[in-house]
Amino acid sequence: MSAHAQKKKNPIWDWLTTVDHKKIGILYLATGAFFFLLGGLEAILIRIQLLYPENNFVGAQTFNELLTMHGTTMIFLAAMPLVFGFFNAIVPLQIGARDVAFPFVNSLGYWLFTAGGIMLNLGWFLGGSPDAGWTGYAPLSTTSPGNGVDFYVLGLQISGIGTLIGGINFLVTIVNMRAPGMTFMRMPLFTWTTFITSGLILFAFPALTIGLALLMLDRLFGTQFFAAEAGGNPIIYEHLFWIFGHPEVYILILPAFGIFSEVIPVMAKKRLFGYSAMVFATALIGFLGFMVWVHHMFTVGLGPIANSIFAVATMLIAVPTGVKIFNWLFTMWGGKVVFTTANLWAVGFIPSFVLGGMTGVMLSVPPADYQYHDSYFVVAHFHYVIVGGVVFGLFAGMYYWWPKIFGRMLNETLGKIHFWLFFIGFHLTFFPQHFLGLMGMPRRVYTYLSGQELETANFVSSIGAFLMGVATIVMLWNIIQTSVAGKKASNDPWDARTLEWAISSPPPEYNFAQTPLVRGLDAFWLEKRAGNKTMTPAEPLDDIHMPDSSILPFMMAVGLFIAALSAIYSSWAIAIGGLVLTFAMMFLRSVIDYHGYHIHKEDLPSEGVDGK
Amino acid sequence: MRRWKNVWRFLPLLAVMALTLTGCGNEQLSALLPQGEGARMQFNLMMLSLYIMIGVFIVVAIIYTVVLLKFRRRKGDNEIPEQTEGNVTLEILWTTIPIILLLILAVPTVMTTFALDPDEEKIPKDAIRVNVTAHQYWWEFEYPDLEVKTSQDLYMPAGEKVYFNLKSKDVIHSFWVPAIGGKMDTNTATENLMWLKADEAGTYFGKCAELCGPSHALMDFKVIVKDKKDFMAWADKMKAAKGEPEGDLAAQGQEIFQANCIGCHAIGNEGSNVGPNLTSFGDRTTIAGILEHNEENLKKWIKNPQDIKTGNNMPQFGKQLSDDELDALAEYLMGLKVDGE
Ligand code: HEC
Ligand SMILES: [Cu+2]
Ligand SMILES: [Cu+2]
Repeated sequence: MSAHAQKKKNPIWDWLTTVDHKKIGILYLATGAFFFLLGGLEAILIRIQLLYPENNFVGAQTFNELLTMHGTTMIFLAAMPLVFGFFNAIVPLQIGARDVAFPFVNSLGYWLFTAGGIMLNLGWFLGGSPDAGWTGYAPLSTTSPGNGVDFYVLGLQISGIGTLIGGINFLVTIVNMRAPGMTFMRMPLFTWTTFITSGLILFAFPALTIGLALLMLDRLFGTQFFAAEAGGNPIIYEHLFWIFGHPEVYILILPAFGIFSEVIPVMAKKRLFGYSAMVFATALIGFLGFMVWVHHMFTVGLGPIANSIFAVATMLIAVPTGVKIFNWLFTMWGGKVVFTTANLWAVGFIPSFVLGGMTGVMLSVPPADYQYHDSYFVVAHFHYVIVGGVVFGLFAGMYYWWPKIFGRMLNETLGKIHFWLFFIGFHLTFFPQHFLGLMGMPRRVYTYLSGQELETANFVSSIGAFLMGVATIVMLWNIIQTSVAGKKASNDPWDARTLEWAISSPPPEYNFAQTPLVRGLDAFWLEKRAGNKTMTPAEPLDDIHMPDSSILPFMMAVGLFIAALSAIYSSWAIAIGGLVLTFAMMFLRSVIDYHGYHIHKEDLPSEGVDGK
Repeated sequence: MRRWKNVWRFLPLLAVMALTLTGCGNEQLSALLPQGEGARMQFNLMMLSLYIMIGVFIVVAIIYTVVLLKFRRRKGDNEIPEQTEGNVTLEILWTTIPIILLLILAVPTVMTTFALDPDEEKIPKDAIRVNVTAHQYWWEFEYPDLEVKTSQDLYMPAGEKVYFNLKSKDVIHSFWVPAIGGKMDTNTATENLMWLKADEAGTYFGKCAELCGPSHALMDFKVIVKDKKDFMAWADKMKAAKGEPEGDLAAQGQEIFQANCIGCHAIGNEGSNVGPNLTSFGDRTTIAGILEHNEENLKKWIKNPQDIKTGNNMPQFGKQLSDDELDALAEYLMGLKVDGE
């Protein structure tokens, strides 16, 4: 087969079967964006309900479903896939690879995630969504009537498997597929954070898998792991959830840190300040992230010894995080900073995230946490971290890499409007919530009584949320408008530093016609300073071997989806049928020989690695 | 450059916002207006950590402002800045200073954590103890030594440590009295112990802080703090209370109550604890923790509790009981006063 034959495929079939990391990246980004809008809509409904005291916009039950689905959607179905979207779209390019280590597994990871995401949202159509909070604490979750929580348990389980294998894939990719000369200490920071994040996924997700499996056994198979009357203990679930849950925060924030560490040096025209300190801080944050989960459980009653140890461990995390903040600031110090939209998000991130970090340290103090815990103070804190950190990071990444991924520039003016509206709306929404919590408002309440002086701050908070909604509409308009009539992007629109900018926008399917030779940190920048337009190739031009696309990953996910859905309704025959389908696809994958195909060197452009 | 004027325009907005918000809330509810020993210890730590953090924020803010004002690229300036690799002294500086600051915070943190944890062996024999049982969506308070049970309204003496044994009947809840001393979870499999000490007599608000079902938001209670003497007098009266009706209508109400409600509610020593104990229902300031305490609302509640608290465990009596019967019931229940006026 030649490259030309490949191009004539039906586009739908092409997207269902693709194993190209760039296309899978786009799939992740698109799916994540869809769920981001859905989770945002849920947030708006929540804030309408809380606009006034004793409001009756949605009922108590619906509100609990909204808050559960908002949290679950934003963490698992929006932030995670958007992060994975950037891993896929960018990391292989940054390390000078042709694809990830396991393209087939990559596609399987995406389809499992999507199957889980759909499963989670089925409750909206099938008589009730999950309502026990994104944390799904037992026994509320094990005793919740209807099928809502079943969708949560099985949906997260399936998408969790997708995330886990995705993480493994990136670990292997980064260890094995780096271009010649790219030692670990020459890797771009985004690749570094991807690497460490993947390690966190590998160790954190199994805890969630076990917690969910026990929930599933209690709900669907009549076991009593969390039923106190039968000798069970729900605290075990809390531990399992947070052993996963705390590292999950870092799974989301470290890639955002990686994005800022790419954007800031490029926009300041200066090398990242303290590169090795940054790498070390990332690793330390990842490590300490596993030592602090009990700070989510200070009020559970684990005793003063446990609380004190985990308090001090939590405080320690502030140190490497602070190191990062100062290194970003000193990257800009002495630089020539340009305020593109991508950089506005990075610059807006710094004070926002520092505020989130401040409240984080405050929360690490157990006696004070006896007041903060499960109040709106915590809601304010984690939104400062997750919106001010992760979402700002994803937006920075979007404006920065959009030209590389899609080959078109986003409109900068609209981008800046988007930024300012969102930035102001964000602070307006979440800053007052600190005070709400301290003034005695618990979180996850569908209403509050009048006369407790909670009205003003709630009203302001809702207005802020609407502003973020408007900002998001501006962003959508930007995307639509520029994809119809946007400017075509050059290879290197930001005068950037890393390998992905050395090839065309969007990159050809084989990425690099010749694997580049890396001669230092910021490899492409070094070549440009040395007067070269492109990277020096590390190999002669030759035929390129490409992996076969395959429908099997999609079918495996369909099989698991069918199995889970029928298990919820106790249709065991169909459930087994679904599992059989999945295993049959796995069997096929094992016995069929995949030879891949070659792109012949005569079909490649001859100007070195600049794949035009 | 012009674009950055926006930032300054936005600052006064923030200032106004902060000002309107720092009116610290309702003094019966707010953790910012501590009125008990525990709440004050917690508040002091909040302030210590806040001051340290504001110090850090100011340093960041200064560097940040300088960067934004001084190191922006001017038009036409295409020079490439020096590519500094880093600075070891600086790295050491911004690693060690935070560690020192955190040590300053960590010491009082650990001390207070231990101080707030009651040591079972050191609890005085004559201390008032309360067994708190959380239910979807109401609170049960039992005073084992005083042989008294209440619901929804927690009575305690001022000026001394009161010890609470916390547990839950159904799902996990969290017992929170912000103004007097923080919160602790009520678990299903294990019991927790905490203490509260209120400065002065008064009424304070308590809340459930852990998501526990649709009516989680409405799981409020009151903490009624009395001087020790008044508290003991109240306890004696509670112990003696039999829930005798006053007048014919109330007597009729009592019969209806015996027929319909006693399977879930207790008055005096009689009845069960599926629902709140109603011995002193006439003294309550609210119905079911949230409605204003009057006959109108009481009848509304008995007719259709689900309309008021979604998912709670009291059945609807709207169809079973006539208006006359409801009047009688209300007369009886509102008359169940123990505390005097
Ligand atoms: C099946 C058990 C059950 C029965 C029968 C029942 N209740 Fe209730 N009742 C409850 C529960 C449970 C609550 C607490 C509801 C909540 O706040 O979540 C409650 C709450 C109340 C309250 C509010 C208590 C307070 O402290 O504010 C009143 C008053 C009340 N019930 C009156 C009645 C009357 C009168 C009857 C008989 C006509 C009755 N109940 C029958 C279970 C029951
Ligand atoms: Cu955490
Ligand atoms: Cu609750």
